[in-house]
Parts: sequence; structure tokens; C-alpha cells
Amino acid sequence: MTTRQGSPVYHHFGPHHNGLPPLRKYFTELWQRREFAFELSRSNMRSSDSDTFFGQLWLVLNPILMAGVYFLLVNILTNRGRNDPQYFLHLTTNLFVFTFITTCANLGATSVTTAGKLILNTAFPRLLIPLGAVHTAFFRFLPTLIVTVILLIVTPGIGWSVSMLVAVVFLLFMLAFGAGLAAFFATAQVYFRDTNNFLPFLTRIWMYLSPVLWTVQDVSDHALSEWAVLNPAYAMLGGYSEALLEGRIPEPTLWWVAGAWSIGTLLIGSLFFMSREREFAVRIF
Amino acid sequence: MSSLSASSEPQPTEHQSTEHQPTERRPARRRRDGFVPEPDRTDLAVRVTNLSVTYKTTFEKRPTLKQAVIRLGRGTRSVRRVEAIKNLSFEVRKGTTLGVIGANGAGKSTLLRTLAGILPPTEGHVETWGHASTMLALGVGFNNALTGRENIVLGGLASGLSKHEVQERADEIGRWAEEGSNSFIDRPMRTYSSGQAVRVGFSVGIHMQPDILMVDEALSTGDAGFRTRAAKALEELRQQSQAMFFVSHGMDSVRELCDDCIWLHQGELMMRGEPDEVISEYMQFCGLDEGSNSEEM
Repeated sequence: MTTRQGSPVYHHFGPHHNGLPPLRKYFTELWQRREFAFELSRSNMRSSDSDTFFGQLWLVLNPILMAGVYFLLVNILTNRGRNDPQYFLHLTTNLFVFTFITTCANLGATSVTTAGKLILNTAFPRLLIPLGAVHTAFFRFLPTLIVTVILLIVTPGIGWSVSMLVAVVFLLFMLAFGAGLAAFFATAQVYFRDTNNFLPFLTRIWMYLSPVLWTVQDVSDHALSEWAVLNPAYAMLGGYSEALLEGRIPEPTLWWVAGAWSIGTLLIGSLFFMSREREFAVRIF
Repeated sequence: MSSLSASSEPQPTEHQSTEHQPTERRPARRRRDGFVPEPDRTDLAVRVTNLSVTYKTTFEKRPTLKQAVIRLGRGTRSVRRVEAIKNLSFEVRKGTTLGVIGANGAGKSTLLRTLAGILPPTEGHVETWGHASTMLALGVGFNNALTGRENIVLGGLASGLSKHEVQERADEIGRWAEEGSNSFIDRPMRTYSSGQAVRVGFSVGIHMQPDILMVDEALSTGDAGFRTRAAKALEELRQQSQAMFFVSHGMDSVRELCDDCIWLHQGELMMRGEPDEVISEYMQFCGLDEGSNSEEM
């Protein structure tokens, strides 16, 4: 309990209840030190040259090239993209946001294990570290969002409407979902340092199960379509692209499912992280 | 995966104790385990009450899922329970410089981490009247790709300084660290020599203006010029700060700097008292005579 009694400041550290730190104090400090998460993210971007012109260019080129590869692949296996320019738009839009979510997980996973000495020597709410990773992931996503807008302009047959703004809500769902994933995998990485080696396989399988290469309409008469709703990406990507590409407000089910997945993942991920963060200082060396 | 040791014993939290005794003045609130926090006391700098720190760690340098699966097949476990501190209680009055001595693995660094709030207690309570800051031998740098200055800024922000304060102090810290040496603060940390890293770590520690300063063998490296400046800076800080903890294997430094001393052995308090008495007991315990070289124990 920190109370300011003039000076000096009184601190009391007691045992944690149920393994969780006192939550009000934790989140007050988290908010007070938010600048640390931003600065951590900015420094990491600086050291990986993501803030230079060519660094930024690569952040745009990489997903476009990926989209091109998948577009070719789908065109070779089927012929669905040939007379459907909107399919390429669907592919890029969903691939970009899906990459955002998986970048949260990937950067989050290694965020704590690479913060070594800071964790050993400084007391602060550790949740700031994966949140910094989410900040980085979001800034890597922003250039691709511009590409999405350009593609929306040049693709024929796209009508502009106010309901497109609903996509922002679904983007926020994805942000919360990504933060939950980042916290969860950051914790897992502390205990199993090969977590980030498994992640690419998981995300690849997850992508094939999500409406990135295929559209929601494609599977509507498929036997497994009822199961697809269980995939968190189904509701989030489905709602996002329905609002952005078709200008329609998604049906309530999508809102509920996407909202529940994002809030649930954020809660479970961060509570799991916080229940374990006491051990980080002795597990990382 | 191991379960968190803190969860095994339900302890009252802030919220629960409020429910039980809602009307009393906040500072005098009694905890369910009989502990009474006393934020209003002015004579103490640190109070440690029945402190135990237990944690689980692993033998492996790099624990992996692959290894875990292999071990599961063999039926072995690599998780080890460490009782770093066992039922430790002591009080430190304001103005004290407390020497902490003991063999490797005695729990000295764990104690400092607990006082700084890095490692929460498993049982018992720690109170500090003032902000405690660690100055560990490990230094500040954590991301070697970043420059010394960036690491200083991040460390400052993490320990709760505002952005404005951090930028103000980063220059000062850099200047102090570089004095009498080539300029290195704007180079990536991976290019630093161990001495340069220690300079940065020490400089950060003394510029954070902590009320309670904790020095963990920070003086053992560095060139002669740096050691002299460091000793001078420590002496100045000792005048200003509420209390200082000095962890060292150098018995002469402990005798010179400290006016009080505790001796830890395997997490337990063996002795507390005048540095001279505690050190001679400790030396006898280690099987060494008073006359032998006591500088690096």
C-alpha cells in the first residue's frame, strides 16, 4: 500500500492473495508508468530500424508480397480470383489484420524473456512489457491500414458508407484480443522457451481455419460452418471485413461472439500473466 | 507447470481487511495474520516482520516444452523449491548504514529484491518508509541493442519517474558515468566493457535519489579513479538518504562504511550487531582467523 505522507513515501509489501497482486494498486501503477511501455516499444522499433523510411516501406511491402503469394496460390489451386477483383481486397484486408493479431502474439511471447535485467532490478507492473509489444504490433500494422484504404479506393464496386466506421470497433476487439494473447504467450515463454518456435505453426493452421483465404459465404453450406463460429478470428475478421468492405453493420451474433472472445482473452491472458509475474524475477537469468 | 508458492497460503489482502474492519483509521488496520502496518512511524526506515521468501525455479538454463515432454516420459522433474529467506525479522532505524554479510546463496540479494518490491514476500511483511532503489552488480542495461542512454531512460521510466524527470537526469547520469573516460553513453550497450556497464549502473543508482539505497557489491569493479569517485558519491548519498544497505564480501569495506551489520546464513539471521563483532563471528564460522586477508571473503 503506497500512501504519500509528506515525504518519505511509505511502502508495504505483503504476501499476495491467490497469487495476484493487490489489483487497484497494480493498475494505478500500470497507468502511471504507461510511458514506459510506449518508450520500450519506440526504442525497440528504433533498434530494429522500423522507424526509418525503408523500414516502414518493408512493413508495407512484406504483407503485400505475402498477399500476392497467397493470391497466386489460390489462383493456381482454384480459379476464384480471376474475375473477382474484390477477392484480392478481401484477402489483403483480412491478411493484414490477421497478421496484426499474430504479431501481437509473436512479439508478446519474447517480450518478457528479453527484458532480463530490467525485471531483475526494477519493481514495476510487468504487464507493461507485453503491452509495449502490442504497441509495436499496432505501429507495424498502421502502414498496412493505409494500403487497405488505397485498395478500397482503387477497387471497383466499393460503395462508401458511414457504417464502415463499425470496423473500428472490431479493430478494438482485435487489439484487446491481441493484448490478451501477448500476455498469455509472454508467460508461457518464461516457462517454455521454445514457445515462440511453436507459434508459427499454430498461427499458420489458425489462418487456414480463419476467413482469410476463404470468405464467410464460401463455407455457408459446408458441414463444418457451424464449427467455424467457435474460431475467435471468424467473428472478429468476419465483422471487420463485412463492415469495411461491404459497408454493412454485422449481425448481433458477430458482435457478441467477437466481444466475448476479446474481453475473455484479455482477462484470462492478463490474469494468468499477473498470477505468474512474481516468479519472473527468479525464472529469468 | 509449477503452482505459485504464494497461492498455497491464503493471506488477507488490502480489500479483505477493509471489509473486516471498515471504520478504523487506515494506517492502524490490523491484518488477519496479526500484522499491523504503521505508516506513521518516523523513527524507522525499514521493518521486516516474519519474512519468508520461497520460490520455485528450474535446473535448466533454458527450459523448453520439448525437455518437459521428455522428462514427463522419464517421470523426473527439474523444478526445485528454494527457501531463500526463512522467517526473518529486523528493524532498521533512520540514518543507519547496514552491512549485510554471508556466504554465497545466503539470501542477501533476495533480501534486497524483496525490500525493493521486486520479489513479493511469500509470508510476512516488509515496510519501507521511503522509496528503495537497488544498485545491483548486474547493472541496468537490459537490451544490448539499445544505447546506454536509451537503457537509462527506460530504467527511469520503469521505476516511476516522469518523462520530463527522466530526460533531465539522463544527461546527468551519462556525464557522471563517462567522467574520466571516453564517451560511450550513446553507443549500443553490447559494445560496452564490463567496467563501462558498471559505471552506468552505478551512476543510475546514485542519480535516482532513493530514500533507501541498496548497494550490492557495486564497488568491486571499475578502475581506481572510478572507485574513488564512487566511494565519494556513496558517502554523500549516505548523508542524504534515510538508510543504506551495503551487501559485500569485502569485510574491510563493511567495517569502514557500516555502523550496523546482519549476518545471513541459508536464509536465516545468524547475528546482528556491531560490524566488528559480527564480522569476527562470521570469520570464525567460516574457519578463518581474524588475521587472515579479510578483504575478499
